Amino acid sequence: MIECQIKIELDSFILDANFSIPDKGVTVIFGPSGSGKTSLLRVLAGLEKTHNGFLKIGDSIWQDSENFALTHKRQIGYVFQDTTLFEHLNVQGNLDYGIKRSSNIEKEFIDSILNLLDIKTLLNRSTAQLSGGEKQRVAIARALLIKPKILLMDEPLSALDIKRKQEILPYLDALHNDLDIPIIYVTHSPDEASRLADYLLLLDNGKVIGSGPINNMLTRLDLPMSHGREATSLVEAKVISREKEFDLMHLDFPGGEFIVPDNSLPIGSNVRLRVSARDVSLTKEKQIDTSILNIFPAIVDEMVPEGKAQIMVRLKIKEITLLTLITKKSAKNLHLKNGSKVFAQVKSAAILS
Amino acid sequence: MLNEYDISALLVTIKLASITTVILILIGTPIAWWLSQTRFKFKAVIEAIIALPLILPPTVLGFYLLMTLGTNGPIGNFLESLGGSSIAFTFTGLVVGSVIYSLPFVVQPLQNSFSSIGKRPMEVAATLGASGLDRFFTVAVPLARSGFITASVLGFAHTVGEFGVVLMIGGNIPGETGVLSIAIYDHVEAMEYGQAHVLAGGLLVLSFVILLFVYIFNRQFSIMRSD
Amino acid sequence: MTHVGADEIKIAVSSNFYPAMKEIILQYELKNFPSSKDHNIVLIPGSSGKHYAQIINGAPFDIFFSADKVRPILLEKKGISESGSRFTYALGKLVLWSPLDGFVEKEEQLYNQDLRFLAIANPKIAPYGMAAREALISINLWKDMQSKLVRGENIVQTFQFVRSGNAKLGFISNSQLMNPNYPIGGSFWEVPQSLYTPIEQQVVLLKKSILGKDFLSFIESDDSLSIISKYGYDLP
Repeated sequence: MIECQIKIELDSFILDANFSIPDKGVTVIFGPSGSGKTSLLRVLAGLEKTHNGFLKIGDSIWQDSENFALTHKRQIGYVFQDTTLFEHLNVQGNLDYGIKRSSNIEKEFIDSILNLLDIKTLLNRSTAQLSGGEKQRVAIARALLIKPKILLMDEPLSALDIKRKQEILPYLDALHNDLDIPIIYVTHSPDEASRLADYLLLLDNGKVIGSGPINNMLTRLDLPMSHGREATSLVEAKVISREKEFDLMHLDFPGGEFIVPDNSLPIGSNVRLRVSARDVSLTKEKQIDTSILNIFPAIVDEMVPEGKAQIMVRLKIKEITLLTLITKKSAKNLHLKNGSKVFAQVKSAAILS
Repeated sequence: MLNEYDISALLVTIKLASITTVILILIGTPIAWWLSQTRFKFKAVIEAIIALPLILPPTVLGFYLLMTLGTNGPIGNFLESLGGSSIAFTFTGLVVGSVIYSLPFVVQPLQNSFSSIGKRPMEVAATLGASGLDRFFTVAVPLARSGFITASVLGFAHTVGEFGVVLMIGGNIPGETGVLSIAIYDHVEAMEYGQAHVLAGGLLVLSFVILLFVYIFNRQFSIMRSD
Repeated sequence: MTHVGADEIKIAVSSNFYPAMKEIILQYELKNFPSSKDHNIVLIPGSSGKHYAQIINGAPFDIFFSADKVRPILLEKKGISESGSRFTYALGKLVLWSPLDGFVEKEEQLYNQDLRFLAIANPKIAPYGMAAREALISINLWKDMQSKLVRGENIVQTFQFVRSGNAKLGFISNSQLMNPNYPIGGSFWEVPQSLYTPIEQQVVLLKKSILGKDFLSFIESDDSLSIISKYGYDLP
């Protein structure tokens, strides 16, 4: 577990954060611009000095009322928002900087990271000769090569254009899947959060207003993310079979099976599906002659008005939570209330990774 | 054309400028670093004090040095009570005077260079495990390379040109405190205009070449870095 | 070329004579221009070397009071000064001085092994420095004193060196000692004239000026001579 209680006054802003997050997987720190996300990350790194905070990572106490571990003593990897490679060193020099100051970094490990981020061909280049995406990959590699206990990333994609973002996302997915260490990832992009997060820490105005597993956070009706046209839910599923004739795949999840277009992922792959609330409709009886393939029995968990004419409904399909956006009129016609049994029809689902 | 005194003046000048520059880099670097990093409330006061030699007439500085270093002054008295002696009219005295006089010419380029690095590279280095001193030597210093070059050259050149301070506390002792600027002045006073031309002209050309070098180098350097 | 109705003259005067000169001018103005509204005498003190360099490059001085005679002679030779205008206005006297009472009697302190610095004006450029050098040669001390010598660029600076205590002894001009406006005390040895060539301080007229000519004749008058003597110079 990573436990943190920090209250710090920065230039024009008070950060008052009190939370616990898991010490594995990807935790996304999410919130609007100016909510204190970067400041919080810097606090975790020890880049903002506070006197009376508490920070514990696993068994190590990095900060308490008497002690403050300096940044260079905390084993962290930090990827800054604007690329920050050392200009006076080439790529190899940048990578070596951290390695030299860590103990026992094995050659095989170095190799694996270089391969993971695909930068072997860049080693002799000067930093001025790299593209934005390449710089970011080098920065990530540099942070990982020191075998940190935790990887902190501050909006690593925000300075890149769409093309470069698409380029790097697979590498971030790979990090997510291949690394043992926790990753704390700051972003204000719901897409990035949906794609990468296992756990979400929601910030607003310097305060933590919610934390929890990603789908819980996305579907909590008391939080802002579950409202608006972009409201979505995430479902973790596994590829179990294919229908070659129709070019479809079957994805297994606790509530049943999703059928989606085949994208050639091998059987057994874990995938994350994104289901937009607008793509889910409800019926009282199970529809038989319908073009929609993905229909699941569900129970209405909670309902909240959405604007003048709509209602956001949280459904439970076994233990999986899904959001659906329907009209007030439909809710009335279907006599919906908490506990109602219904069928959820999912018109489309996007595979995130 | 040049006599023995002139050559001795040239050597004393080079020796003075070299030693002064080395000392100034050694003491100026931590000062410049501190100024570039600190948010000390009275930072402006310190900066103003350091900048004084930029605008004070050198004779003012020399005058006060003469007073304080002389045996009637506080430092002179102190030194004498320790069994030492006044450092007026000594090479050491000139070094002290030159260090004070050329201080801003070294501190300011260094400070500017350090400031322009910004905090980010140092933070990056910290996350990669570098302690304070380590970060300073392996990141700040290399990135401030042009500042060091400018500071050294300016400090050296400025000391070579020093006149007012040396005039007050030098005593014009050949081989010890007789410097080039005084030699030129003496040639003019003694109506030896030919020799004055040789020395002055040489100094002018040398100074110009040095400054040209610094400006070209700095342009090149910033062009390299701005892509 | 006569300056018709010339009411201003600029006089370059050697620094050591400057105090005496101020009083002479006061006297002159009192005597000749009681109303003193319609003329102006501007005094520019400085080293004679500097003045000379400026004059040969066209500086607009009317009269040049030098600390020596070499420069006036040169100006005359070059035709820059009015011919026949050059004369000696004062004889400088050399003294060995210390600000400490009773320290100096005669030349005995010069033999002191622990002497920390003897200040002289740079013999290459200052007449009093040349005189000091001659005096030291005359008493066979020039070689021995080399390691203890510090050179001031002019006689005023030399004086500063001694007064501030940085040099224990110095050869200065008697006029600095005798300045009635600033009595300086201490102890001194009046160096015998036999030991050095007399310091003939000479003046030349640089421009044909009625006021200038008149002032120069006043310099040789008794009133002026008594002031010159009062300020510690010997009379020519």
